[in-house]
Amino acid sequence: MAKQKNRRMEKLKKELKSNKLALFAFIFLSLIILASIFAFLSPYSPNTVNVGKVLQQPSGSHLFGTDELGRDYLTRALYGGRISLTVGILAMAISTCIGVLVGTVSGYFGGKVDNLLMRIVDIISSIPWMILVTVISIFLTPGLKAIILVIGLFTWMGTARLVRAETLSIKEREYVLYAKASGQSFWKIIFKHIIPGALPTFIVASTVSIANAILMESALSFLGLGVQQPLSSWGSMLQTAQGNLGSAPYMAILPGLLIVLTVYSFNKLGDVLRVIVEPKTGK
Amino acid sequence: MAKYILKRILQAIPMLIIISIICFSLMQMAPYDAIDSMTTPNMSQKTIELIKAKYGLDHPAYIQYFDWMKGILHGDFGYSLVTHQSISEDLISRIPNTIVLVLPAYVLALILAIILGLIAGANRGKLLDKIIDGFSSIGIAIPSFWLAMIFIFIFGYKMGLFPILGMHTIGMEGSTSDFFHHLFLPCVVLTIAFLPELIRYVRSSTIGQLSEDYVMVQEAYGSSGTAILFKHVLRNALLPLVTIVGMSLPMLVTGAFVTETVFGWPGIGPYFVKAIQGFDYPVVMAIMLFSASLVILGNLISDILYCIIDPRIKEMR
Amino acid sequence: MSDSLLTVKNLKTTFYDGKTRLEAIRGIDLSVQKGEILGIVGESGSGKSILMKSIMGIIPKTAKVDSGEVILNGQHIEKLSMKEKRAIRGKEIAMIFQDPMTALNPLKKVGDHLIELLVRVRGMKKPEAKKEAVEMLRRVGIPSPETRANQYPHEFSGGMRQRVLIAMALSCNPKLLIADEPTTALDVTIQAQILNLLKKLKSDNDMSVVLITHDLGVVASLCSRIVVMYAGMIMEEGTATEIFYSPKHPYTKALLSSIPRMDKAEKSRLTPIKGSAPSLNNLPKGCPFAERCELAMEKCFTDMPAYKNFSDTQRSMCFLAWEGEENNE
Repeated sequence: MAKQKNRRMEKLKKELKSNKLALFAFIFLSLIILASIFAFLSPYSPNTVNVGKVLQQPSGSHLFGTDELGRDYLTRALYGGRISLTVGILAMAISTCIGVLVGTVSGYFGGKVDNLLMRIVDIISSIPWMILVTVISIFLTPGLKAIILVIGLFTWMGTARLVRAETLSIKEREYVLYAKASGQSFWKIIFKHIIPGALPTFIVASTVSIANAILMESALSFLGLGVQQPLSSWGSMLQTAQGNLGSAPYMAILPGLLIVLTVYSFNKLGDVLRVIVEPKTGK
Repeated sequence: MAKYILKRILQAIPMLIIISIICFSLMQMAPYDAIDSMTTPNMSQKTIELIKAKYGLDHPAYIQYFDWMKGILHGDFGYSLVTHQSISEDLISRIPNTIVLVLPAYVLALILAIILGLIAGANRGKLLDKIIDGFSSIGIAIPSFWLAMIFIFIFGYKMGLFPILGMHTIGMEGSTSDFFHHLFLPCVVLTIAFLPELIRYVRSSTIGQLSEDYVMVQEAYGSSGTAILFKHVLRNALLPLVTIVGMSLPMLVTGAFVTETVFGWPGIGPYFVKAIQGFDYPVVMAIMLFSASLVILGNLISDILYCIIDPRIKEMR
Repeated sequence: MSDSLLTVKNLKTTFYDGKTRLEAIRGIDLSVQKGEILGIVGESGSGKSILMKSIMGIIPKTAKVDSGEVILNGQHIEKLSMKEKRAIRGKEIAMIFQDPMTALNPLKKVGDHLIELLVRVRGMKKPEAKKEAVEMLRRVGIPSPETRANQYPHEFSGGMRQRVLIAMALSCNPKLLIADEPTTALDVTIQAQILNLLKKLKSDNDMSVVLITHDLGVVASLCSRIVVMYAGMIMEEGTATEIFYSPKHPYTKALLSSIPRMDKAEKSRLTPIKGSAPSLNNLPKGCPFAERCELAMEKCFTDMPAYKNFSDTQRSMCFLAWEGEENNE
């Protein structure tokens, strides 16, 4: 396994070297994550209202201007990044866990269990996500936890299907048959053999998951159905920006740009991982 | 083949029933309900009971469910809690607005995607492909509402070329040119929103077909790249699109939620969002059921279409 | 040599993967006479397929023919433009591929495959082509060809599909037919049928056939001359009799000992060849077979042997061949 890991690291390095866009994505993601973590280093506070400095154009002291309450926009964007990224990552974690669990169980046991689980997947998939997510959010107090939960709970289906397919092929492999024959309990088999085997697939799926979660959260927050004040994410910042579009158009640029770059980078990361993880199928 | 179609239709019916039960149950379990919207804390218990009876809300849940379903099958979706208007009438007036926005955008995006996707796939690795693929990679990452805001600002505010709100200028409801004037921006935004994913699909389908053995065989017999593309690859690569298009049926209703909200376009989107914010459950239920039915219907249609078009499946049935 | 339909001189084809060069064909001289069936034998990875694809000009985009001449009927086809090369394919040279299951477009009727070829290469009009397509299917032994022509590939069995591919190959009356492992993907019983079909069609149509395979048994039944390939080079070449009864190259000898033969003693052992073919990015400097050769000498690993001619028709690339001669004298 160690040799495999080394080979993959080599592949990763090679890919990053040759693919400029992938390199950019990697660098950007590192920067944005670091920047939002270290946002507290900013000289400005994201929340202190400063009525005297309302809606200032970008300038030397405020690189991206100030918002309608006089707060430095760049700082707010970085703090907003914390929220957007957190939602993305945590929602992905929930969605991946459920998806992997359902996928492996469904694929491994087959038969009625498989049928039932896949029916459930079909049914949940029948309701357009936007509608499903907003409806469920009625039941929960709107806010950060709600939005993470709700996105995580209703986007695992794709992962489940992928993992199920992988499970179906892995379970026929010899080392699994050996494990079965030697009496290993099925939970052990699933955790020791099947999940590691499916790991490459759902790691790739998880990067795309983060990207989608960020897009979903921003859309919902934009409509006021996501994170609530005083917390703000890139999506909710855009909602405010819309209100001030006439007088302060620059407010629309930064959060949107950050969303685009972040989502793009996660998708690109997924592409790179896909290449590393799969043998020469792409070329 | 007819057997397969029948089987699929029969499979779809229980799904619809289950979805309707889910929709109904969700609304029953919701924190704020129909009664609360019509009563105040000051009313006596007796009054509340009367109101309940009047609206059939004192019956057990499953009776309410059947009443609701019966109504739907007759085209009656109930009444809004907030406006007390007939939901069916609202839907009938709003759905066409959404369709008239989404349909042209989708069709246009489809046509463009087929062209661009084929070009990209056939020129894989070359500059043209890199540009097209790059555009679609970035495009997928762009939130449509952000794009809408930018367009509104540039073309609406700054350049004043297009109106930025609504479907008509007040007083000009009869004018088609005014209508198109309003339609333009949101339609363009939607087309750009639909485009990247479709391009990716066509492109990867094309690449997949081009690496098939039969393409190499055709090359071995001296067929030129263009001839192979048009005579063989085109049909094979576009076949799976049928599935995509079928599954996009629900988009006719839900495809433009956020865009409509930004542009103030009077479609289903703002109607739904307002209903959610106002806890207007009957509306939410109706839209949820309606869109889920479209999803199931869309899947059904695409399965059937695929069955008709692909000779391999035709034979298996 | 004037009877030579195809002459290949010093052909070299390389795969380029980023900065790595993988030499697949390392200097091959070959000739195919008019009306003969030439067998090209070798393990997987020996380069047999790439050789033929290089000759036809349909190598993958990552590969390039670095040097060499390919002369077909007196014409240097390696120098032709893409368009001219395309004109030759199908018309002068036709190829049958290994996997009949995937070689046909699943969404196109079988008859249409043939019709397209007939229209494009032989310039027929559609109604005429339709009739000819049915006729071709009949000639390759497909029953009820009229109905079959309107069916789709998935309605045909493997053997039937291979017959269709043969029909496609023949429909343009090529002078040279290249069959790349035509029976590998088929059942043994069907194999015999297909090989017999090829034999019959060759004499009916006055074609030359190049039969590529890793199966010596197939070669024995059909070919008049045999070329033995290994790691992108020709190890030995000779008539069928020479190769089977007096092989001069250790590799050929090893191949022959690893297959069951009627003329050997009943209880003699089959000896497999130890080891495996060298990978393309690790090609040895000297004789490519040296690592697995039981008779290898020191210089086999460092120097490339030259060809020694044993007769007008037989030659072998081995130091031992030269030594043998010295010993004889």
